[in-house]
Amino acid sequence: MCGIAGLISHQREKENGSRIKKAMVLQNDRGNGLGAGYAAYGIFPVYKDHHAFHVMADSSFALKEVSQFLNEHFWVAHTEEMTIWDKVITDHPLFMRYFLQPKLREDDVNPDDFVIDKVMHINTSINGAFVCSSGKNMGVFKGVGTPKDIYEFFRLDEYQGYCWVGHNRFPTNTPGWWGGAHPFNLLGCSIVHNGEISSYGINQRYLESNGYICTLQTDTEVVAYLLDILIRRHGLSIMDAITVLAPPYWASTKRYSDRKEQDRITAMKVIYEAAMLNGPFAILAGFDNGLFSITDNTKLRPMTVGTTTDYSYFASEVSALYEMEQDFTQVVTPRAGQPVIIQYQNEA
Amino acid sequence: MSTSRLGLQSTFRPSFNLELCDGCGECAIECTFNEIKMVPQGDKKIPVANRLACGACHRCEVMCPRGAIRIVEDPFVTRPHGIWTPQHINRAHLQASTGSVALTGFGAETNLPVLWDKLLFNACQVTNPSIDPQREPMETNTYLGRKAASFREVRDPSEMVKSLIPLDIPIMFAPMSYGSINLNLQKAMARVAKKLGLIWYTGEGGLHKDLYPYADWAILQVASGRFGVSPEYLKIGRGYQIKIGQGAKPGIGGHLPGEKVLEGISETRMIPLYSDAISPAPQHDIYSIEDLRLLIYAIKETSGYKPVCVKIAAVHNVAAIASGIVSAGADMVYLDGFRGGTGAAPNIVRDNVGIPIELALAVVDQRLREEGIRNQASIVAAGGIRNSADVMKAIALGADAVAIGTPVLVACGCHGCQRCSSGKCPWGLTTNDPMISQRLDVEWAEERITNLINGWHHEMQEIMGLNGIYDIGSFRGNRLMLRGVDLNDKELSILGIKYAGE
Ligand code: SF4
Ligand code: SF4
Repeated sequence: MCGIAGLISHQREKENGSRIKKAMVLQNDRGNGLGAGYAAYGIFPVYKDHHAFHVMADSSFALKEVSQFLNEHFWVAHTEEMTIWDKVITDHPLFMRYFLQPKLREDDVNPDDFVIDKVMHINTSINGAFVCSSGKNMGVFKGVGTPKDIYEFFRLDEYQGYCWVGHNRFPTNTPGWWGGAHPFNLLGCSIVHNGEISSYGINQRYLESNGYICTLQTDTEVVAYLLDILIRRHGLSIMDAITVLAPPYWASTKRYSDRKEQDRITAMKVIYEAAMLNGPFAILAGFDNGLFSITDNTKLRPMTVGTTTDYSYFASEVSALYEMEQDFTQVVTPRAGQPVIIQYQNEA
Repeated sequence: MSTSRLGLQSTFRPSFNLELCDGCGECAIECTFNEIKMVPQGDKKIPVANRLACGACHRCEVMCPRGAIRIVEDPFVTRPHGIWTPQHINRAHLQASTGSVALTGFGAETNLPVLWDKLLFNACQVTNPSIDPQREPMETNTYLGRKAASFREVRDPSEMVKSLIPLDIPIMFAPMSYGSINLNLQKAMARVAKKLGLIWYTGEGGLHKDLYPYADWAILQVASGRFGVSPEYLKIGRGYQIKIGQGAKPGIGGHLPGEKVLEGISETRMIPLYSDAISPAPQHDIYSIEDLRLLIYAIKETSGYKPVCVKIAAVHNVAAIASGIVSAGADMVYLDGFRGGTGAAPNIVRDNVGIPIELALAVVDQRLREEGIRNQASIVAAGGIRNSADVMKAIALGADAVAIGTPVLVACGCHGCQRCSSGKCPWGLTTNDPMISQRLDVEWAEERITNLINGWHHEMQEIMGLNGIYDIGSFRGNRLMLRGVDLNDKELSILGIKYAGE
């Protein structure tokens, strides 16, 4: 069991994290204090064209190694210690933020692949260091603690963002550690997840044969990597990527009256069989253009959505929606397997 | 000195309950090995066992109208010895009498460990709910063949879907040629395949005219003897299989003796009546991987680019061979483990050559994934699948589908007497003797095979449901579904699974 909340301003109106905090604090009992986290979009307008790396490290030694590595592969525009309030959590890793532009060489065709490769390198090869987020104009803040503690620890009152995502955890199949908390991030994509991915064994093998290395000893990171491979590397639309992750049943596919569409869905199901997610899950994912949710085909995990003219809200529990907004035009519980995709109505 | 009985000791015999027996003599007719003789006793006849030929096929026992027969062990006892067991002594005696290769049928009987039995499934408890297959969809649909690596590469999805072979349940009927089995059994398999959305293989004996309506559910074989391979044959199949080797006898060809080449077989195989049908050990136009590529593409060109499957026996270097086969253009790799069945094979080959399918499957799936070519070909695992748990374990190790031969025979009466090469199969399966083949009724066989598959299918759905997985695609290659017991580190690492408790 985990708790999820999200809010997005369709027009990119900014606000601090206080509303998402309220929704998460209300859902406090959906976690056990062993992990909570937030993602915020639009928070670094000054460096909005730079990759903002949030790096956590066990020791200053590991941090030094990271700094050296980053200096070697990136133009570092700015480095800062992340502001924390260590009165709430005394036992914590070190946090550093870097604003970076990749130093591409001729054979690096794709800057995103370059960045991901470096993130993977730090996470797998630099002992005690971990990159929490690597997107542009966004950041992930997460760790071991309750939603309230983590919020206060990272002083999220002081950030202004137009999309916020929150999560708290009840880790069951993996140990709680700072890097293992949600959101999981890769470039602009941040995932929070409630549930368990029973297809993990094959999802992981699929990703590994495509060059990803799963490091976090937990199943949610595969969702981030799968979205990356589907949307960024294979060029699928968000809708198609969602179809891959939570496809319609074969029985429903066979009932499609439009033969072409039926074959299209069949082809996707067949090609991406190993990328399909099975097991109970509700997922909320922030990306550069918006926010979307998916649930499993049996709907074994909750997700509710509320909308007003200017905002959309997501939460595991309806009551959490009302912590963020009182006056909805609509509150719905999406059907099993039905995605909800919200995209910004204006350019950044 | 009369030594003609040396080596003929049978270790079973029918035991007759003479209180029930009314002397009808049915058992003596049913036994195709003349084990039973009717002898007069008083005013009626009673059955007596010769104690020479019983193979425990249980035909007499099942068919006795009075239920008066039990097959019992009749041990051939020698002085206990750790190495020279009765079996070895008996076989040496037999060969000393005949001077020939000892032939046998069925699958390997060695008592090497069966790795399937050391694998256990996971199940949902608390943190993830199981799903009840009686209430929720539980789908086993599978598509075999070459798939694009990404959707972006697909210009026409309909074309791609059309090029694949759909299976409603990932089970196929393993290649058993018309000749090694009779037409009745092939008919029954063909009908079940059509009815349940499965695939049957013809084996190397061609496709009988009566079965043309079932060609769309058949993968037709092109083997070293090229039996029955006509221009039409190369057009009508759902797919084609190039047979390189068979698990029960890797590296060995086949021989159907002339006396068995009767009318239907001669016509279907396109060889003269009563002529020996000899399949050479290798395909004489394939001495290398480049040659294989030529044949694969020749078949693709003539068939209109139907999927081509290459069948190999699981041998030591199977991963590298499979990878070569996929690079050569095959759309499916069929792996036949050393426990696979056979109509006739030298005993020593059946029991001593090749490797277990569990290990072969695990290394091939892993190798193709490492090379990034797993999408280019489907993997079919065969040779030693006994029940639905074996099927699901094979799927979890990475098989796209499994093929079963022996379970089909067993469903139709076979008790594993291992005398398939004799031409006298008492259940009318592996024989073309016109009288004995009549024993197999097509409708009955169809019903038995259908029941077996339906039973297995339900069980497979249970295993998926209790793991909270509603689509077999998420089970396929999902080795976290398995844990091992009583396996060493090497075995665990080859299988790519964890030990129970980890
Ligand atoms: S060989 Fe078969 S039919 Fe003959 S006696 Fe033995 S069990 Fe009965
Ligand atoms: S197929 Fe026939 S001969 Fe072969 S083992 Fe079975 S019953 Fe015996």
